[in-house]
Amino acid sequence: MRRWLPPVAVIAAAIGLWELAARWDLIAEALQIQPFLVPAPSDVAEALWRDRELLADNAWVTGQEVVLGFALALVAGIAFAVILHLSNLLRRSFYPLLMASQTVPVIAIAPILVVWLGYGLGPKLVIIALVCFFPITVNTLDGLRSVDPELPRMMRTLDAGRGQVLRRVELPSALPFLFSGAKIAAVVSVIGAVFGEWSGANQGLGHLILVAQGQVLTDRVFAAVFVLSTIAIAMFGLLSLLERRLAWWRPGPDPTRQPR
Amino acid sequence: MRSGPEAPVEEPRTSSEPGAGAAVEIVGLAHAFGALEVIDGLGLRAGAGEVVGLVGPSGCGKSTLLELVAGLLEPTGGAIRVDGDPSAAGRLARCAYMPQRDLLLPWLTAIDNAGLAPRSRGASRAASRAAAAPLFERFGLAGFEASRPAQLSGGMRQRVAFLRTLLAGKPVLLLDEPFAALDAITRAQMQEWLAVALAAGERTVLLVTHDVEEALYLCDRVVLLTPRPGAPVAELGSPSPRRSPRSAVVADPAFVALRAEALAALERGAR
Repeated sequence: MRRWLPPVAVIAAAIGLWELAARWDLIAEALQIQPFLVPAPSDVAEALWRDRELLADNAWVTGQEVVLGFALALVAGIAFAVILHLSNLLRRSFYPLLMASQTVPVIAIAPILVVWLGYGLGPKLVIIALVCFFPITVNTLDGLRSVDPELPRMMRTLDAGRGQVLRRVELPSALPFLFSGAKIAAVVSVIGAVFGEWSGANQGLGHLILVAQGQVLTDRVFAAVFVLSTIAIAMFGLLSLLERRLAWWRPGPDPTRQPR
Repeated sequence: MRSGPEAPVEEPRTSSEPGAGAAVEIVGLAHAFGALEVIDGLGLRAGAGEVVGLVGPSGCGKSTLLELVAGLLEPTGGAIRVDGDPSAAGRLARCAYMPQRDLLLPWLTAIDNAGLAPRSRGASRAASRAAAAPLFERFGLAGFEASRPAQLSGGMRQRVAFLRTLLAGKPVLLLDEPFAALDAITRAQMQEWLAVALAAGERTVLLVTHDVEEALYLCDRVVLLTPRPGAPVAELGSPSPRRSPRSAVVADPAFVALRAEALAALERGAR
C-alpha cells in the first residue's frame, strides 16, 4: 500500500496541474493553450469512455502485434545470444552487426518493409521484433558471459559436457539478465507497433492515432496513447511477476568470491 | 603400484563407493603462466587410498597444482599420472575437484546441488536425489535436503559441496583449502567431520591448505612446499591422522613437536 503511494501521488499531481492549466482560462490564455491542441485530462477520460469500443477493437489488434512481435524477439534473441556465447568467432563477427541493427531508424525502413511484406501482420511483427531484439540479445549475452568462470570448470570435473554447462549453469545464471532485457523490450515494443502501423495499416491503435490526428481529434489521440501505455505497463508488470517467480535469487557476484 | 580394476575412462562411475582409490604420481612437474613460473620441479606420489596434505605459503601454486592434477590444465613441463594415465581427459575422468569456494548454485536445493554430477551425466532428477539422499543421512545433513544454499550456514554449504564432490564418484579427491573461509570453531568441527568422512580410506585424497595443523590432523603424510615457484622442501608423516577427538590429537606432545618442525621447515623454505 505504502509502496504505491509515491507514484500515485506524483501521477495525480501531474494530472491535476495539467487539468488546471487546460481548464483555468487565465492560465490557458496566458500559455495560449487551445483545447484542440491540449485536451484536459477530463476530456481524455471522456474520450476513453466515448470511444471505448473503437479503442478496445484497435487495442486488440495492436496487443496481438506486440505480444507476437515480442515473442519472436524473445525466441530469436535468446537463440542468437546462445550462439554468440558458444562461438568466439561468431561473437566477434556478429556483435558489430547486432549493434548496427539498433542504430537503424526503424521509422525509416518501416515503409520499405511494408512494400516487401505487404499490408498485414508481417511488417509489424518484424518492426516490433527489430526494436525488442537488441535489449534481449545484449542482456542475455552479458548474462551468459558474466557467469563465475570457476563454475564451468567445476562442472567439467563433474563430467558435464558443454551442453550441460549451458543448461545447468549458464542459462540459469543469465535468467535475471534476460528479464532485465525483456522488460526494456516490452516497454519499447508498443513504439515499434505504432511505427509499423503508421507505415501502412487499416487498424490498430497507431492507425487510430494517425486518423484522429488528421481529424484534429486530439482527445482521441491522447486516449489511444493512454491505452498503448497501459499495454506496455501490463507487459512490464507481467514480466516482473514472472521474474520474481523464476529468477528470485540475487544476481551478481558471489559475496564469498575472493580474488585469486 | 597401480591400483586394482578401476572403471575405464569411457564409463565414468556413478557409484559413490569407488573402492581403494587410485595412485597419483607427479614427476618433475613445472608450470608457468606466461613468464610467471608457478611450480618448478615438483615430484609427488600418493598411493591408492592415501591422504596426502600439501602445505605452503600463499602463491606457491597449490591451487594450480590441483587444477593440473584434475586435468583442467595441461602442465608446461613434467608429467602427472593418475592411475597410470597421463592424459588430461583421463585425469578429468578420475579426479573430483572441490574448489576453495563452495560454488553451490543458488537456484538449486541442497540435495540437487549435491546430485549435480549424476544429473549432468544424464540421470533423472529423482535418480540424482536418490543417489544423494543416503549421503545426507550419513554426513549429518538430514533434514536440509530442500534448503537453498542461502539458507545454510557456511559449514553446511561446505559439506554440501563436499557431498557434490563425493557423488562425482571418482577414485581421487582433490580438496583445495576446503575450510579456509570458515571461522575457527566451525573449521575445527569441519576437520573432525572430514576426518570421519575420509576414515573409510576409499579414496586417494590430495588436500591443499596453508594450515599446518589441519594438514597434520587430516593427512597420512604432509608435503611442505616453498614459495613460488613451488617445490617440496620436506615431508612429514603424521603420527595419528584423523583420530577423534581432534582437541586431544592436536594437544599431544608428538603432534605439537611435529607442527613446530613443519613450521620451521616452511620458514627455511621461504628464506
